Amino acid sequence: MSEEQIKNLETQFEARIARDEKIEPKDWMPEKYRKTHIRQMSQHAHSEIVGMLPEGNWITRAPSLRRKVALLAKVQDEAGHGLYLYSACETLGVSREELYEQLHSGKAKYSSIFNYPTVTWADMGAVGWLVDGAAIINQVPLCNTSYGPYARAMVRVCKEESFHQRQGYEIMIKLTNGTPEQKELAQDALNRWWWPSLMMLGPTDAESIHTEQSMKWKLKRKSNDDLRQQFIDQTVPQAELIGLTIPDADLKWNEERQSYDFGEINWDEFWQVVKGHGPMNKERMKARVGAWEEGEWVRDAAMAYAQKKQERKQKQAI
Amino acid sequence: MKNENLYNYILGIADNSLILGQRLGELTGHGPSLETDIACTNISLDLFGQVRSYYQYAAKIAGDNRTEDDIAMLRKEREYVNVLLVEQPNTNFAYTMARQFLFDVYHLLFLQELQKSKDLTLSAIANKSIKEVSYHLRFSSDWIKRLGDGTEVSHQKMQDAIDGLWTYTDELFHQAEADIAMVSEGIGVDVTKLKEAYYNKVNAVLEESTLQIPESKWFQKGGKKGIHTEHLGYLLAELQYMQRAYPNMEW
Repeated sequence: MSEEQIKNLETQFEARIARDEKIEPKDWMPEKYRKTHIRQMSQHAHSEIVGMLPEGNWITRAPSLRRKVALLAKVQDEAGHGLYLYSACETLGVSREELYEQLHSGKAKYSSIFNYPTVTWADMGAVGWLVDGAAIINQVPLCNTSYGPYARAMVRVCKEESFHQRQGYEIMIKLTNGTPEQKELAQDALNRWWWPSLMMLGPTDAESIHTEQSMKWKLKRKSNDDLRQQFIDQTVPQAELIGLTIPDADLKWNEERQSYDFGEINWDEFWQVVKGHGPMNKERMKARVGAWEEGEWVRDAAMAYAQKKQERKQKQAI
Repeated sequence: MKNENLYNYILGIADNSLILGQRLGELTGHGPSLETDIACTNISLDLFGQVRSYYQYAAKIAGDNRTEDDIAMLRKEREYVNVLLVEQPNTNFAYTMARQFLFDVYHLLFLQELQKSKDLTLSAIANKSIKEVSYHLRFSSDWIKRLGDGTEVSHQKMQDAIDGLWTYTDELFHQAEADIAMVSEGIGVDVTKLKEAYYNKVNAVLEESTLQIPESKWFQKGGKKGIHTEHLGYLLAELQYMQRAYPNMEW
């Protein structure tokens, strides 16, 4: 293909996106579009899979059968999200094995929030309420993103996430309506998860490297700082409603902006965790790599069995 | 308690699902593939769903203020009456699947009979659970075949798991006091009558999977009388942690 032809295709492609048409797997797309989508979708898939670990951590210790069932269902949903996001990546010609390899080698990233430990039961409330809350804010705009399989996956993911968010908030309500000890658990969890949740919405716009291109492809529709502000404005009243205090001395309603002003985020901590030195980075990877390596003989057996079955079928046919 | 036999009988059924569900819950996020992870979590969910129906019914029969959670989480180790099979640890995926399979075959046969119970609540729970447990059995049987007839390594691991767990199968067909009483009232299932069908089914799947049927005639028992293996105490420590550390609270 000549340079001019490619240029033409690119122009047509950008025009389609501008018209809000969906790009489908078999459509022509610029290589950079493909790569950017693989990166973002796989990062999202990895986040779902690694995100199963901090919550899975409390399944065996959930305080009631009702909570245990809800938590199991939630973690199962996350596995499901991972599954369809990996499948969406596969439509762009990359296998799940390759993506796992990237995760395990540290080449691919996942949401840093999951590198914090879930130390008490209240963390199941805080994670649902704040982490899923922040995730929804990030993800709702993606239901209209340009790549068809991603957009469709996100519609389902967002529905389930918003259920999880309510479920997490409901855990917090129950705690704050409980004994002083339970209230303390809830406040302590909020104290620990608040700032990492704000960081979850990404570095400040000045430092975000992918924003401009992603905006054009509708992989992103609002800047990180706008999303963060939206999250804060939405969450502060929810905390007040249940008598919890946001751990930010500088948090103040700004009448003029009709938004909350908030304190300085500790970006050193953010980059420390992103670079692999958060409290749980090593443990999370150890768990993922361990499951993968210990499962190898199982996957090998399944392949071998499927092949034997196939051969027997062929023999019978002869 | 007026209906103590019925209460104990329900616990005898439900404790198996509780302990097996708890064991499967340990694995969430750590399975050999995303698909098996989802399936095992799903089976755990089904089992806990069943547990809740049984314990809610038991709580009603007890007629005091106890709740499903009190029954699930506030008994002492000698008061759990699950069979030893279900408390065995997740040694590896072969053990997990073998344990599941050896229980599922029994569980399905049991529920098919329980469906005929004169007790309408139990019959309804059985009716609902049969669909779930048929799926569990299909899933675990498929894995027995895949691992048994997969590679040399998987064959050996599955054979070891079957050999290791075989000793716990006979207990499934023992009758506790409450069982005998409930059978005579037309409420309970006579498990002794399930034994033949059970081993027929198990042996057929093992043979198809190229696995040896263990010859050992030595069996372990005790779970139904609350005398467990050493594994159960640790499982209960986790299961009960919140209720013990933060007593009398709502969650």
